[in-house]
Amino acid sequence: MNPLALIGARTLNVLRSFGHAAYFFADLIRAIPAAMRRFGLVVVQIHAIGNLSLLIILASGMAVGFVLALQMYYALVTYGATESLGLIVNLSLVRELGPVVAALLFAGRAGTSLTAEIGLMKAGEQIAAMEMMAIDTKSRVLAPRFVGGMVSMPLLAILFSAVGILGAYVVAVLLLGVDSGNFWSIMQSRVDVWRDVGNGVVKSFVFGVICTAVALYQGYETEATPEGVAYATTRTVVISSLSVLAMDFVLTALMFSTG
Amino acid sequence: MKSDNLIEVDHVTFGYDTSRTILKDVSLNFGRGKVTSILGGSGCGKTTLLRLIGGSNAATGGQVRFDGEVVDPRDRDRMFRMRRRMGMLFQFGALFTDLSVFDNVAFPLREHSDLPEAMIRDIVLMKLNAVGLRGAAQLRISEVSGGMARRIALARAIALDPELIMYDEPFAGLDLISMGVAANLIRTLNDVTGATSLVVSHDVPECMAISDYVILMAPGGRIVAQGVPSDLMNSTDAEVRQFVRGEPDGPVKFHYPAPSLAEDFDVKEPAA
Amino acid sequence: MTKKGIETLVGLFVLLGMAGLVFLSLKAANLASFGTRDSYNVIARFDNIGGLKARSPVRSAGVTVGRVTSITLDPKTFQGLVQMELDKSVQFPKDSSAKILTSGLLGDQYVGIEPGAEEKNLGAGDTIKQTQSAVVLENLIGQFLFSKAADGASGNSSPGAAQAGQPAAPGAKK
Repeated sequence: MNPLALIGARTLNVLRSFGHAAYFFADLIRAIPAAMRRFGLVVVQIHAIGNLSLLIILASGMAVGFVLALQMYYALVTYGATESLGLIVNLSLVRELGPVVAALLFAGRAGTSLTAEIGLMKAGEQIAAMEMMAIDTKSRVLAPRFVGGMVSMPLLAILFSAVGILGAYVVAVLLLGVDSGNFWSIMQSRVDVWRDVGNGVVKSFVFGVICTAVALYQGYETEATPEGVAYATTRTVVISSLSVLAMDFVLTALMFSTG
Repeated sequence: MKSDNLIEVDHVTFGYDTSRTILKDVSLNFGRGKVTSILGGSGCGKTTLLRLIGGSNAATGGQVRFDGEVVDPRDRDRMFRMRRRMGMLFQFGALFTDLSVFDNVAFPLREHSDLPEAMIRDIVLMKLNAVGLRGAAQLRISEVSGGMARRIALARAIALDPELIMYDEPFAGLDLISMGVAANLIRTLNDVTGATSLVVSHDVPECMAISDYVILMAPGGRIVAQGVPSDLMNSTDAEVRQFVRGEPDGPVKFHYPAPSLAEDFDVKEPAA
Repeated sequence: MTKKGIETLVGLFVLLGMAGLVFLSLKAANLASFGTRDSYNVIARFDNIGGLKARSPVRSAGVTVGRVTSITLDPKTFQGLVQMELDKSVQFPKDSSAKILTSGLLGDQYVGIEPGAEEKNLGAGDTIKQTQSAVVLENLIGQFLFSKAADGASGNSSPGAAQAGQPAAPGAKK
């Protein structure tokens, strides 16, 4: 096949898979009301996706808070502006690092777990068995996980930022000697609830939708073999991470452009 | 007016993709209340036939009819109604690994009915009793053996008392005792519940022992022979004989098509 | 893991998340200042609002007493029309003045209110008559250069230069 035809074929394939993914996403959205009616299933999924990710989110949040405080301190001390440490840490976390890093961790921990779970269910014919029992697997299996992810992600991002700020407080005030009063008051006066915290929450919600949908899609569409499932989990992490970073750029440009 | 046939496969053609046609213009009937076995080597399309009857795939040509209604996977509502009347036993059970044995069998009941938990408990235990596993109700799926898993899957398949029970390779990989148990169960269930059973297998002795009707298929979806078990066992057709007797070579060749020995091993043909 | 156990843990998780959100909003952001306290509306017109934005603070003597609610162009006077919400517990005399000031050297801009001397106070919907616009850097430089040039021409420093050389007093940012 000549190279042009090859490129053409590849492009068509990519477009086709985008279309396929879009259909899948539409099915997911359509199945949400059914999932909400069986809220017990959603609760179980919030536990599996959210609660079980808490450890890594809180630990990472605290670590990032520590490091941010340290690094920003060294940068600010040359300008004698260490009082603004709290403000800078807060804005970095709440606007960017909270939603983005939490989303990347989410994709790694919860995303791969979802992909593997669904993929193995598919490989073991459990999905087929359920369909044969006249049960719509998209509503029964996928949608509750989707809603669980949409609910968990913003909460995890919030907790990441909150723990990060507390961690930064520990390093800044208790270790580096930044004034405690200034740490909080300068932060409070300059961080806007709607613009900063609110936009951060919106971002994390969007990221949650992306990561969960990608994870479910990769698991559902995987080849029903062990290698297929393994490959699908790697794809979940890669695609989720790249999508989150790309969306982050778009959202930041939209939300935080001057005005 | 109920026809004698629960399932009618009418000139069905099907391939998973355009390069391979698995079934070409296949026509078959499955009688109500009977145990029908579909025998054949790997790749002859018997599992595909099950998938077409169950509506997992849509025939590209021809029609599959279940109790007079066309099986059309695109019509989701009709498929759901039809599938409520079917039960399928998958090759390795396809049990839900995150649920217990009890919950697996209770699953279709909980999903499709509003029965109170007390009634569900009774029904589940009765179904498990029918397959001899009432005592295993509280085990986790990881704790059961292969043969037990098949039986649990069977209990789950009959939880809603279906009219049609399909078995995909129910004897594959079982020891003799389990095979005997499985064969017995299939026959007894069929007779006791008045259901129609469809067994896809390549296990000749067991199938012959329990079936009312047997269909032998070959690759390409070709029907080699069909009839009551004794007809096939006593057939003079070379293909049928090779299959039911398990002869290594015959119409189904031992050797996969290959270039001649001379070419592969670079030897000269011996002088004739 | 029993069903009840799972539900409890999820409830805890959601509660924790909500608590985090509350913490972020109150302790780490400005929700606490100016939410539901009673307030009254006041208007001021400026020739140039500079970098003032909606939700910018309104301060007096450095203490935040209100917030800017909206900024529009007055179609009749072509001035910036700034609407502000002031805390009901703080009353300013009718002849108070409003200036647009900068917090710190490079910080955000806010409205500073200097109280006047009249007995009557501003009420809801009143307009602050005396206003001073934001400092526009170009105008400042222009003034300075002009007076410097005038100096050069006349050979002595003029009072204008001294005044123009002083930027508007930045609000003390503590």
